[in-house]
Amino acid sequence: MKKIKELLIEKLILICGLASIFFVLLIFLFLLKEGLAVFKTVSSFNFLFGKSWYPISEPPALGILPLIMGSLLVTLGAAIISIPIGVGCAIYIAEIAPLKIKEILKAGIELLAAIPSVVLGFIGMVTLVPLVKTVFHLPTGLTALSGAIMLAFMAMPTIVSIAEDALYSVPKTYKEGALALGATHWQAIWRVMLPAASSGIVAAVMLGIGRVIGETMAVMMITGNAAVMPNSILVPVRTLTATIAAEMGEAVVGAEHYFALFAVGIVLFVISFAINVTADLFLHKRQ
Amino acid sequence: MAKILTKGLDLWYGSFHALKGINSSFEANRITAIIGPSGCGKSTLLRVFNRMNDLIEGVRTEGEVLMDDKNILSSDMDLVALRKKAGMVFQRPNPFPLSVYENIVFGEKIHAEKVARDRLDEIVETSLKCVLLWDELKDRLSESALRLSLEQKQRLCIARLLAVKPDILLMDEPCSTLDPQATAKVEELMRELKVRYTIIIVTHNMQQAARVSDDAGFMLLGELIEFGKTQDIFTAPRDKRTEDYITGRYG
Repeated sequence: MKKIKELLIEKLILICGLASIFFVLLIFLFLLKEGLAVFKTVSSFNFLFGKSWYPISEPPALGILPLIMGSLLVTLGAAIISIPIGVGCAIYIAEIAPLKIKEILKAGIELLAAIPSVVLGFIGMVTLVPLVKTVFHLPTGLTALSGAIMLAFMAMPTIVSIAEDALYSVPKTYKEGALALGATHWQAIWRVMLPAASSGIVAAVMLGIGRVIGETMAVMMITGNAAVMPNSILVPVRTLTATIAAEMGEAVVGAEHYFALFAVGIVLFVISFAINVTADLFLHKRQ
Repeated sequence: MAKILTKGLDLWYGSFHALKGINSSFEANRITAIIGPSGCGKSTLLRVFNRMNDLIEGVRTEGEVLMDDKNILSSDMDLVALRKKAGMVFQRPNPFPLSVYENIVFGEKIHAEKVARDRLDEIVETSLKCVLLWDELKDRLSESALRLSLEQKQRLCIARLLAVKPDILLMDEPCSTLDPQATAKVEELMRELKVRYTIIIVTHNMQQAARVSDDAGFMLLGELIEFGKTQDIFTAPRDKRTEDYITGRYG
């Protein structure tokens, strides 16, 4: 009796364990099945590098390069803003801040992570967007730059907490050794601790970027959503994520537009997957 | 003349009185061993000489420590200069997670106003030769220092230190993680180095102190019980407690 019970529980847990993989597989297969159908009408080259996205014109133009460029521009901008600030903040928390400030800062970072993206988007819309508009004398403040700044706030908690963790786990003997050789505190940080923590910091950055590239709500609210090739960071752009979110509701099931949106999903999936795998590689290298 | 002179040195960790009125003098070009049971304050004393205790919160020091007639405990002491002059070798070898080469040129890079590339190679070679590692490592300079054996790591740490051109070598149980053979090699190295440096070694290994040192001090519960020539301390200790310790009655 006991044996049967053991066996039953074991199998049940096995099913739970396999379920996650099973669902991921299903989702991926579904995505492939629906997405690949678009390539019957448009070649993969024209899909990825086509410069116009007019999915409801006749015939539809299904080139997602403007969307990819939009995503890249916003992500790159967010990375440029959030990486120095995030890593700097991590160094400050891990190495310089007195205990009390450290606690406050860590709590603050966690709080930042807890703000729903729609709220951030909303705040960006009423504060940042008008500011960008007046500072740069633009016809509209709904630009890639606004999106990049807002997304930087979203990437920062991830970057700070993982980078801080990486710095904290650098053996104290490294720092002692550097100081005992007459290094200043900053020299010890820059020349010994940062290199020692480098793989963890790279992983932190990758995961932060991963969060940015998958973000939808805030970018949809503040980047202006114009699916045109961006020629600067001060124009409206539309990201891959925002495209799916905005258009899926009105796409006719089974039409080319519908399949194309799934294909956009595949592209997004591949990008995030690559980023996560890279981050993982670096994290494991550290251990 | 004494290289380092301590006068009425007291040190507290918070309310714990770790060093009690230490008066001692360390001579140049000699190896001075500080022995005593664990927790007697010998490492703490060593860490006074390069002010590493400053890193610990709640440490308070009183008294005077004169190094070349300059009180290193004064608040305007330049810590970078002090640590350049009095370098430390730690209990656990702690090479940086960089290449062998980068480990050795670390000191030059942080101290030199302007780093001359061609000088770096020279520094690496002379420093490694000093610790008798050159032949073993000359083809592995770009390898990570973390891949070396424990003994090689400790030697590398000493080489890294010598590259800074210190005056004084503070060694905090430098052989405690090494096997007897490696220990013998490091001890031999110390004898060679004492011609040019003042060496202070903290050890709980009395045989090592007897083998390698010229002078020795015995510490117990934060007090320096006895200080003198190693030979005298080991053959004719003046204090009963020293005798008890070196004959193995406690410790």
